[in-house]
This record gives sequence, structure tokens and C-alpha cells, in this order.
Amino acid sequence: MAGLAAAFGSGAMTNSISEFEDADLFLVTGSNTTAQHPLIGSRIINAVEKGAKLILIDPREIPLAPFATLHLKQNIGTDVAVLNAMMNFIIQEECYDKEFVEARTEGFDALKASVARYTPKVSEMITGIKASDLNRAATMYAKADKAMLVYAMGITQHTTGTDNVKSCANLAMLTGHVGRSSTGVNPLRGQNNVQGACDMGGLPGVFTGYQRVNDGAVKKKFEDAWGISGLDDKPGLTITGMIAAAHRGDLKALYIMGENPLMSDPDVTHVERSLSNLDFLVVQDIFLSETAALADVVLPAACFAEKEGTYTNTERRVQLSRKAVSPPGQARADWEIVAEVCKRCGLAADYRSPGEIMNEINKLTPSYAGITYSRLSSGYGLSWPCPNTDHPGTPYLHRDQFTKGKGSFLPCDFKPVSEVPDEEYDFTLTTGRVYFQYHTGTMTRRVDLLEREAPEPLVEMNPEDAKKLGIRNSDMVEVSSRRGSITLKAEVTDRVPRRVLFTTFHFHEAQVNLLTNPVHDPIAEIPEYKGCAVKVRRCS
Amino acid sequence: MSRIPTICPFCGCGCNFYLMVDGGHVIGVEPNPANPVNRGMLCAKGWNCHEFVQSPDRLKLPLIRKDGELVESTWDEALDLVCTRLKDLGEKHGPDSLGFLSSAKVTNEENYLFMKMARGVFKTNNVDHCARL
Repeated sequence: MAGLAAAFGSGAMTNSISEFEDADLFLVTGSNTTAQHPLIGSRIINAVEKGAKLILIDPREIPLAPFATLHLKQNIGTDVAVLNAMMNFIIQEECYDKEFVEARTEGFDALKASVARYTPKVSEMITGIKASDLNRAATMYAKADKAMLVYAMGITQHTTGTDNVKSCANLAMLTGHVGRSSTGVNPLRGQNNVQGACDMGGLPGVFTGYQRVNDGAVKKKFEDAWGISGLDDKPGLTITGMIAAAHRGDLKALYIMGENPLMSDPDVTHVERSLSNLDFLVVQDIFLSETAALADVVLPAACFAEKEGTYTNTERRVQLSRKAVSPPGQARADWEIVAEVCKRCGLAADYRSPGEIMNEINKLTPSYAGITYSRLSSGYGLSWPCPNTDHPGTPYLHRDQFTKGKGSFLPCDFKPVSEVPDEEYDFTLTTGRVYFQYHTGTMTRRVDLLEREAPEPLVEMNPEDAKKLGIRNSDMVEVSSRRGSITLKAEVTDRVPRRVLFTTFHFHEAQVNLLTNPVHDPIAEIPEYKGCAVKVRRCS
Repeated sequence: MSRIPTICPFCGCGCNFYLMVDGGHVIGVEPNPANPVNRGMLCAKGWNCHEFVQSPDRLKLPLIRKDGELVESTWDEALDLVCTRLKDLGEKHGPDSLGFLSSAKVTNEENYLFMKMARGVFKTNNVDHCARL
């Protein structure tokens, strides 16, 4: 998000889901779309079947691969080099959008100088992709009329995640592929309200609608609206920073609502030590998650079916969800619990319904000002920005100008993953998801049908590597990194290239985040889940 | 039987469906063909998402750790403990000794209120969620 916001002024998906079907070309990278966003994956497949082209840049043979016009399998963590090589070729061949670059962007000369170093020879060596394929992908993307660039965590979950995102933005601006219907840059958000959690100021540096905490006028507006004074005007810590502060002993208490960092964070041994170091841990959740089991107080929450409220999906569409049933036992909706804590601590929070909270959001948030419950009750939601109650919402962004005015080219240089394989730890491990499970599995692992289809953790391994190590399909193997080891079944498959292992983070039986490397991107503080060095052996 | 419009709790697509409710229980899922997001379709996770709602493992009462064990408590006791401890630690070690992790799985209104609590009550900007993960 930080990378895209720096380039365009907004970190959100530029287009809407309905626009996928009219695109002429997709460039999908770092997104196993049919598994993680199945309904968007099916839109891409529909468009391909109607004649659209698909360029896939992914080291694995994911389910979209059979539909790809061109599949480039880059070495893990070399995305910046791939994208720079494509841009260099596009500039050399002069097939970039000169008019768009001239009128709507700044920093082209610096970009040109920076990508010039990514000659076919250099790029081929770094990325492992033949220069002729890189050039073909570059030409196809540049010459398409309506091209959509689609990415997800495969781009962001690297120490160079922000650079990867900036490079995606650079490529789209260079070719004029942003700011039109079915044409843009589309980061797919992983959870049903990631977009909303960001929009609502669930971030250390901003209030709702990305209004900065260190802007004096914004601070005053929120103080007046909340009837208080003394709001802090310096940005706080990210989740990664909070875990580190807890480890040092600087953070004394943590209140976690509906998250399970003990399964989802990198190097969970370190996370567990940090959480155990706290004086006080509150966890509010629907199940006794791995994290809740460590808490001093556990507050039982209602799930989506048991409360009313809005969610903002990956295309910025705010939708209203109604209450279908009552929560179990004495469980309460998260908003009721939090309002109760506010009241007991002396802050007015007499909301009778989520609709009353939305009224307050409308008043304080220009991009949400027109998104009211009465409008959401009919129709199928509204996409922000929606500045007033007559505004129809905004399906695609940056039409006449970027949110920040001119788009900025932000050239980046290739840097390798921080932990490269060596003699002892001779494989690269990359992590992701499967179609039938979701995130840390607290919800999907309690569904019989999903458990039947994906009941246990598997690690994918290339047949040639397996043969060398005497590993057969379904053998139990031990995978170890410098931080820990897990035991799970091998799936011998040519879905993964040689020297690469792939597994998921759904299964507590083999917690892959015991292995992952807690290094993170310096700006977005996203950990490098997509590449760490490991070794593997067959269990005797 | 009633049909209540809700949003899928899993990925960021934001598929819509009706929860089919009978006798206070969710008995099934029915997507709406007119909805522009998923147009009457769902993935295997969406079609089965009502099952975890009624899992016997759901938390039903607040829990408090006493002598090392999590034991059932009342809302009053649990909420008082949360408020007292957070306030005490904040006063003793400063507001930035407190951290708040919001959620990409709860509603906008809940995320708003949670960050209002962190900033307005406890005066810290140590508020984040797991979009990074």
C-alpha cells in the first residue's frame, strides 16, 4: 500500500471487479488468484476464454497457468529485475505511452536511467527468464489497449515489497495503463475487510480516510468531534514494531481484536516470547485461538452472521451485512464490547446501533461522507471516494489526474531476498494458501467439507530434488530453517521449480511460521514470507 | 424460514449471499444472482461458511486467567479488569507502553471504534492490524 500510495496518492485497487471481464490483457504476478480470490480468478478465466491475453509471472505452476498466453517463472524475489527489464525494453523500443508520461507523470528521466542497467543479459542472469520471453511480455503489455496489472502478497511479502509495488506502478504509468475502465493496477486484498480496516484508521499514522495523525487541523477535527483533547500527533508502532517492543519490554500491554498473530506472524517462537513478556494481554475473538490461549483476559465476540455492519471489499465497495442469528452464550458484537470499554474509561460511546457509528464516520471522513446506511440498504454497496449523498461512488480511480496530482515514477534497484540458500540451508521456502483453507484455519478447519478436501499440511517439492534426497510422494519430511523445524508430508510435484519448497500457513500441526524469516520491508514492515533458506530431509 | 443478506467472512472479494435462517439457526447459504460482485456464484469456502458459525468450539463466556488457568467469568469482572489494567499500565509506563491490534475480519464500524478507543481513551497511535501478514 505504501508503494502505490507514493506513486499514485492512493494505495487501493484502481478498478472494480466488474471491469475485469472487459480487459484485453492481464498481467498477474504474485497472486494465486483462483485459490485466494476465487471469484476474481473466475473473472480472469472468463475474460481469457473470450479472447483476453494473460501474462503470468509466478515461480509456481499455479491453477491459472494453463490459461496463460505466456508464463514467466522468475527466480524467487527477483520481481524488481523482471519489471525493470520489461520497462527497459519498452523504452528502447519506444513503445511507451509518451503522451501519458508527458502529461500525467513526473520522474521519467530518472526511471529511464535506472532501468537502462537491466539489459537482456543482466536480467536473464538475475531472473532466470529468457530475455526473449521478457521482451515478448513487455511488448504484449505495452501494446494492449485495456491492460490490468493484478498482484497480491507474492509481490508485497518480501523485504523489497515496497520496491516491487513501485515497479508495478512504474510499468503501468510508463504504458499509460491506469485511470481508465478495465485498465489499472490492482492489488488484491487478502481478508474480507483489510481495505476497511485501513480506511477506518486501523494504522499507526492515520485516522479514517488516511487523514494523518500529525496534521494539526485533522487532530483538532477529531478532538472536537470526540469531545477530548491531547490526541497524540506522532505516528505509532506497526504490528511488527509492537512485537519487537514487547520483546524488549517497552510494550507492557496488548489488546488484540480478531487476529491470531501466533499463527500468522513470521518466526512465531519470537512472537510467543514477546507476548509472554507482556504484563497484560487481552484477546477478543470467536474461538480460543493459539493467541487467545496465552491471554490474561479473553472476550467472546459475535461473528459476521451475528451482527450488523459494513465491510469494504478489495474494490473499495462498502457493503452492508445484516444480523441473521444471535451470538452463542454471552458473546457480544465487537462494537458493543469496545463501546463498553470506552464508556467504562470515560469516553462517550452511547451508540445504539452500528448505523450511529457510521453517521460519525460519514461526518469525519470525506471519502466515506456519502456512504450512509439508508443508501446501502438498497442496491449493492458504494465504492469510495463517495464525497456526498448524491455521489454514485467511484468504480475506477485516477481518471483525469492521480489522487496526488501527477503520478511519480519511483525507480528501484534489484536487491536479492535477505536469506539466500547456502551449502547447509540449500532450498528456498515460499509460503501461500490453498483453495480449500483460509488464513490460520480458525474458521475453515471447522468446516467438514473443506477439511475433507485439504485435511493436512503438505510441502511441495520438485521430483528431481525428491529423487536426489530419496523422498517419495507422501513421505514424512522434516523442513528446517535457522529458526525452527516442522514435520509434514511431501507432495512431489513439478508445480514447483527445483530448489524451491512451497507450503501453506493454514495448519497448526506444521506451523510454517516457525521457519519464516522475521526480516521485513523497511517501509511497509511486511515480513518476507515468500523466501527463506531451509533444508529438508526424509524422516526415518 | 428467513433470508438475511450478509457478506462472506473470508477473502477480499466481498461476495454477497443470504444466510438461510430457520428456528434461530443458520441452515444454508444462497447467493444472489443480481449482485454485481459475485453474480450468484461462490467458492467452496463461501458455500460452507455457515458451518463454523455454529461450531461447538465458539467462545460463549469471558475468560480470565487465575492461578495460571483461564476460567469463566462475568462480563463485568472481565471488562473492569481490562479497563483497570490498561489504565494503570498506561499511567505507570506512558501511553506508548500500550498496543492495539485491530482486525481485517471485523466491520468498518468496529475498526473505527477500536481506533477511537486506542487514540481517544488510551492516547496512543500504537494501532495496527494484520494487512501486512
